[in-house]
Amino acid sequence: MTDRYAPGDRVRTRIADPPGHTRLPRYARGARGEVVSTAGHHPLADERARGLASDPRAVYHVRFAASDLFGAGDHAVVVELWEDYLEPDGSTP
Amino acid sequence: MSGDHASSPVAAQVRHVEALLEQRGLLEPDEIDERIDALAAGGTPANGAALVARAWVDPAFRERLLADGNAAIAELGFSMGGALQEQKLHVVANDADEHHVIVCTLCSCYPIALLGPSPGWYKSEAYRSRVVREPRAVLQEFGLELPASTRITVWDASAETRYMVLPRRPDGTGGETEQELAERVTRKGLVGTAAV
Repeated sequence: MTDRYAPGDRVRTRIADPPGHTRLPRYARGARGEVVSTAGHHPLADERARGLASDPRAVYHVRFAASDLFGAGDHAVVVELWEDYLEPDGSTP
Repeated sequence: MSGDHASSPVAAQVRHVEALLEQRGLLEPDEIDERIDALAAGGTPANGAALVARAWVDPAFRERLLADGNAAIAELGFSMGGALQEQKLHVVANDADEHHVIVCTLCSCYPIALLGPSPGWYKSEAYRSRVVREPRAVLQEFGLELPASTRITVWDASAETRYMVLPRRPDGTGGETEQELAERVTRKGLVGTAAV
């Protein structure tokens, strides 16, 4: 499977709170950020936690401005996120 | 997740499941402890300190360490293996413009092979919840005052990568040996909650 995103791409994280285990932190849900690098390919933690077979798929380092996550702060937070958690952000940053 | 794991209901559940597994012969007594010991074997902040000191004295090594941590640490005989699979290492370098700090907000992911078992504060709910929101205030509480012009980047180990901070080399250490430099590096420096 080819990677859906590349460094520099603007992305938005999923908003939905899944019923089981996930590695998308709550504070980073529904947030806009930028892909800074690819962090390899790994089976999706959400599926592994439920004992399901899971093909490796791309994981990315995604950089968020603190002000976008928390409404305040001048720092940045880089979160490592599976492709499944992301959708393209078509809006202007 | 509670910061006090020993007394939490989850801990009691885990002990109960362990006992059942042992009763049914699915788990050897002490097997879990042995696996944990194997994972932590050889892990100490001295490993991270040795890597930092080498990067300070050898600019080419520093470049390799930042580009491909797993390959570079093998040059000094270190490995991110020991767990079920080799973990990916990503080293982030501090400079005058940017300071990095590491956290695992979801649990307590930590580069055990290079830093040893994680300290209690790293696993505390207070650190994990606050450092992503207000890192400058948290770092001040650790005694680290950064200039207002220094940007802070927080790395949340939310997936498979483990992070280590490469601190800035202190001024006035030009004449020190690699060994002397390594002795300056602290565990907090490798996590980003201290300057070195």
